[in-house]
Amino acid sequence: MSLKRIGADAVAEKGWLKAHQWLILRRISQLGILALFLLGPLAGIWIVKGNLNYSYTLGVLPLTDPYVALQSLMTGHVPEKLGLIGVVIALLFYLLLGGRVYCSWVCPVNMVTDAAGWLRERLGIKGSVHLGRHTRYWILGMTLLGSALSGVVLWELINPVSMLHRGLIFGLGAAWTVVLAVFLFDLFVMSRGWCGHLCPVGAFYSLLGRWSPVRIAAQQRAACNDCMDCFEVCPEPQVIRPALKGADKGLGPVILAPNCTNCGRCIDVCSKDVFTFALRSSNKTAAG
Amino acid sequence: MKPSDKTPGKSGAARRQFIFDSAKMACGVGMLGLGLGLYAKQSKALPALALRPPGALPEEDFLGACIRCGLCVRDCPYNTLELAKPETPVATGTPYFNARNIPCEMCEDIPCIKACPTKALDHALTDINKAKMGIAVLIDHETCLNFLGLRCDVCYRVCPVIDKAITLEMLPNLRTGRHAMFLPTVHSADCTGCGKCEKSCVLEESAIRILPPKLAKGELGKHYRIGWDEQKKAGRSLMDESKIQDLPDRMPEGAVLPGHYDPASGQTAPARGLPGSEAGAIPSLPPGLGGKP
Repeated sequence: MSLKRIGADAVAEKGWLKAHQWLILRRISQLGILALFLLGPLAGIWIVKGNLNYSYTLGVLPLTDPYVALQSLMTGHVPEKLGLIGVVIALLFYLLLGGRVYCSWVCPVNMVTDAAGWLRERLGIKGSVHLGRHTRYWILGMTLLGSALSGVVLWELINPVSMLHRGLIFGLGAAWTVVLAVFLFDLFVMSRGWCGHLCPVGAFYSLLGRWSPVRIAAQQRAACNDCMDCFEVCPEPQVIRPALKGADKGLGPVILAPNCTNCGRCIDVCSKDVFTFALRSSNKTAAG
Repeated sequence: MKPSDKTPGKSGAARRQFIFDSAKMACGVGMLGLGLGLYAKQSKALPALALRPPGALPEEDFLGACIRCGLCVRDCPYNTLELAKPETPVATGTPYFNARNIPCEMCEDIPCIKACPTKALDHALTDINKAKMGIAVLIDHETCLNFLGLRCDVCYRVCPVIDKAITLEMLPNLRTGRHAMFLPTVHSADCTGCGKCEKSCVLEESAIRILPPKLAKGELGKHYRIGWDEQKKAGRSLMDESKIQDLPDRMPEGAVLPGHYDPASGQTAPARGLPGSEAGAIPSLPPGLGGKP
C-alpha cells in the first residue's frame, strides 16, 4: 500500500501534537468523564453518582439523559423534580454546544467505534453494507413509539451505550458481548455503521444540534488542496461538502448539518488549517 | 412515452422510489421494533426471587418509570441493591435484590427512594413499615425446623416487625403427643417483604421465602364476608342467635364425643380427662352458642 496515511500531511506540516490536539482533548474528555464516574466505586471518592442516564454530582448538579427521559415520558411517567432539572440542564448544554458533542466527547462507545474505524483503515478492509444514514431516525421513532406501546423504556433493553457505561461502573456482566458486537459490526460489516447509521441516541442528540451556535466552519476553504483527508477521517463525511465546496453555490463555510459531532478531527488532519471552531452566526458574514 | 411526459414520469419514478425506500425502512425497523417489543414483554416477567427496592411501582409501571441510573444502588448503605446485568433475567439496568444474598435492612429514612430521580420508587412512601417489596411465605413445611417440632424461631426473631408480621402459633405436636409446635406464621398485612427471615433461615435452602404478593396471596371472592369480622365490626351478631337451629348430630349409636354440645339433648358430653377443658373452649362449638348450656 503506497497510500499515505490520513493526516500524514498535517503531521508533517504542523507536528504530531498539533495534528492530534482535538483527538487528544476528546479522549481526555471521554476518559475523564468515565474516571469521574469510576472514582466513587473504585476509590470511594464520590464526586459523581449514577451513570450517563442520570447522574448526581457533588450533591448539587443533576444531569438526566433527555432521550431516556423522553422514552420514559412516552410510557406515561414524568421524572421527579431533580430528574426534570437534570433534563433541562442537559438540554441547554447540548443545545448550546452541539447535540452530537455527546457522541464525540462523552459517549464511551465512540472509543469502541473509533477503534473499529481505525483498524478498518489500517487493515484496508473495503466494502461495506449499504444502509441510509437516516436509518437511525427511523429507529429513533420506533423506540419512542415502541416505548409508548410497550410501557417499557424500550431502547434501554439493548442500548450498547448505557450497557457499556453502566457496565464499567456497576459491573460489566455480559455487556461486553454487545460492545464487541458493535465493534465487529463496524469493523467488518459496515463502515461507521453503529454511530453513523443506526444509533438512535446519536440521532436524538443530532436533533438538539440543529440550533446549536457552536459549529465547525471551513473558514479557510479557499486554501483547500483537495487532499480528501477530512472526508476520510470524518465519521459523518456527508456534512462537510456543503460547507467546504459550496462557495460557488452561495453556501456559507459553517457546517450546519446537525450530524456533525463537533469532534474536530477535520481540524486536526487538515494541513492547510481550513477548519476551525466557529459560531453558527459567522455563516452569514462570511457567506458568498 | 413522449418526451413531454418525461418530467412527470421522472418525478413519478422518484416518488415510487421514495415510497419503496420508506416501505423498506419501515419494514426493517418495524421488525426490529417487534423483536424489541416482544423482549420488553418478556422482561416484565420479573423472576419470583428478584425483589424491587421499597416503594417500587408495579412491574409494568416500573419498567417505564425507571431510567436505570443506579442512584438507589449507590445510596443503599447495605449494598443490598444491584443493577441487572444483560444476562440477568431482570430488565437490564434496573435495580433489584435477592433476599437470600442481602436483605433490605428497612432504613427509617429510606435513602433509596430519596435518591430516585423518577417516580419509579414512590416518594410518597415515607414509612418503611408500609413497604410491600413482597410477602414472606413459609414455603416448605417439611424442612422448617419449627414444623419438625424444634425451637429454631430464627425467622421470627430477626423479623423487624416481630409479633406482627411473623408470629409463633402454638399447636400440639401430634407426633409426640406431649410437646408443642411453634409454627412461624406470616401475616401479610404487616409483612414488608424485607427478606431478613429468608436471609437468616438456618437451612441449606431457606424454608421461608419472599414472593411477589401476586404469587403469595390468594384472594377471596368479592362477595365473601367473614362472619366473625363482620360481627366485630357491627359490635353484635348479625343474626338473631336465639333462632339458630343446630341440628342433632348423627352419631353411631352409643358413641360419645367428649366435650361436645348436643342441642337435641341440651347436654354437653363430659370432657375426657383433659385438664382445663370446658364446654366453651371446644372448637367444634358454633360461635355465639358458647354460653347457652
